[in-house]
Amino acid sequence: MPSVVPMIELDGLTKRYGHKTAVDHLTFSVRPGMVTGFLGPNGAGKSTTMRMMLRLDYPTSGDVRIDGRRYDELDEPLHSIGALLEARSVHPGRTARNHLRCLAQSNGIPERRVDEVLDLVGLSQVADKRPKGFSLGMGQRLGIASALLGDPSIVMFDEPVNGLDPEGIHWIRTMMRQLASEGKTVFVSSHLMSEMALTADHLVVIGQGRLLADTSMESFIRENSRSYVRLRSPEQERLRDVLTAAGHRAVPAADGSLEVDDVDPAPLGELAAAERLTLHELSPQRASLEEAFMRLTHESVEYQARSGLPPGETGPGDGAGSGGHAADGGAPGGGAPGGWGRGAAPGWGEQRRPGRGRGGRDGMSEG
Amino acid sequence: MANTGRVVRSEWTKIRSVRSTLWTLAAAVVVTVGLGMLICLLVRNTFDDLSARDQVAFDPTMTSFAGMTLGQLAAIAFGILVISNEYSTGMIRASLGAVPQRGVLMAAKVAVATVLVLIVGMIIAVASYFAGQAILGSSLSSSIGDPGVLRAVVGAGLYMTLIAVFAMGVTWILRSPMLAFGILIPFFFMISSILSAVAATRKISYWLPDQAGSMIMSVVEPVNDRPYGPWGGMAVMGAWVVAVLLAGYLVLKRRDA
Repeated sequence: MPSVVPMIELDGLTKRYGHKTAVDHLTFSVRPGMVTGFLGPNGAGKSTTMRMMLRLDYPTSGDVRIDGRRYDELDEPLHSIGALLEARSVHPGRTARNHLRCLAQSNGIPERRVDEVLDLVGLSQVADKRPKGFSLGMGQRLGIASALLGDPSIVMFDEPVNGLDPEGIHWIRTMMRQLASEGKTVFVSSHLMSEMALTADHLVVIGQGRLLADTSMESFIRENSRSYVRLRSPEQERLRDVLTAAGHRAVPAADGSLEVDDVDPAPLGELAAAERLTLHELSPQRASLEEAFMRLTHESVEYQARSGLPPGETGPGDGAGSGGHAADGGAPGGGAPGGWGRGAAPGWGEQRRPGRGRGGRDGMSEG
Repeated sequence: MANTGRVVRSEWTKIRSVRSTLWTLAAAVVVTVGLGMLICLLVRNTFDDLSARDQVAFDPTMTSFAGMTLGQLAAIAFGILVISNEYSTGMIRASLGAVPQRGVLMAAKVAVATVLVLIVGMIIAVASYFAGQAILGSSLSSSIGDPGVLRAVVGAGLYMTLIAVFAMGVTWILRSPMLAFGILIPFFFMISSILSAVAATRKISYWLPDQAGSMIMSVVEPVNDRPYGPWGGMAVMGAWVVAVLLAGYLVLKRRDA
């Protein structure tokens, strides 16, 4: 049954390589008119999922539908969905124009559209040059030109900003926003929460091939921007007792400070003054989204760690580029945040406590 | 499939727009015709030194195709590159993205490449024959009207084509150009000739694609006990080609790209 609205639907999509499960029963839909971010640490299964959407890789089980049909049932797929995959998909010896021409011809796209998309991505000047000499950014633009060739109602980009300069990143962001505003379905993967926060309206988070969250960006921000107060005192133990006695849950952070979630700093200061405690720090903090993302995917990484790998090797690039945020935020507080989408790893609130702290997170913070 | 025509057109654009692939075909022409002429010149100058028996068995038509032994290397290279290019560059992802019906994509690509190599193969065969006969001179040469000669010339073009298509089929299975070259070149340049040189394995070698296929280029009845004639040999070679194409299709169809 073809659906009326252009969209991607995944139903129990699973990919196994031998004993390793790369994609584990993914079920979600990508809707039109917005940018849907597909977020997960490197190795979480994002690229495999996208390759299965194009049927480059076959699912072990489950199904993907594009506008209600399997990809290889589409007669002119470039009119339905345009994709930019992470790996280069261009012959370096074939000029940009000829590359687009042979793709266009296979889908009955008129010749003039080739010039249109070349113009659109700003490659008209080098249309008759061979991509051999293209910079990363130019290569990416050529990939986007092929994705837009059939003027598809769905576009899909795998890590489109990887390795691009700020200008290129800005260009891609603006283009994705514009495509979404035209009513297209835009599905874009990234391993960077900060990147998604700037472009995505909706968020699908995966870790270890499993769905961790399927939520709007707005509610993700609302639920995950943890606010807390950091306290530091030369009498740390007594401070903790005082706070606990007053009904506050003070959690020691790895750097020796104490953190109290969701409170005003003022009553804590008054409490310390009443108990004649010296405070070296009393500061309201707000954890970054990057940290929220790491907390969310931490479980899936930790799962891998428990199965034999030392934490430092649990997937290089997890939460890449966010080491700074991690250090700023201190240790994540206890308590399971409510409202993760369906499929949040069971019981992670309790399980992650023993392993939390700097050691575990440092393993993830180097990109 | 409704889109076959479009895909064929797209593959034609693809094959024309990569220079390195076309160079192998140019090389096939130069090497085959050039080497054939050289060998014909050599034979003409030394013909009187040959034994009486060799003089009787002398096949001027076959001799003018002597360049094929080396020229087929270029045809094999063409067959390998035209397919492996897709995999080594990642273009296969864009190609299957545009044409997810894998059988259609493969058929169109093989068809376009086959037609191209058939045209070039026929040019090579005709050029090799006439250049060779001209060099051999009137006393040694055959005439295109002689029995079996036209068949041998057309056959030489077919042989060149089938050897390239065989390489295509093998490359659809192996995907990697290194693997394909590493298997096909030793196969045709060593294994095949060693097997045919050793008495114990000669009968086996008759069934190899190149050994069977090259029968079509001989006009003077060769002294051997092959259980097939020139067209029979071509059919054996054709069966090999069909088999590797089929295997290549199954690999393409079943495996992740």
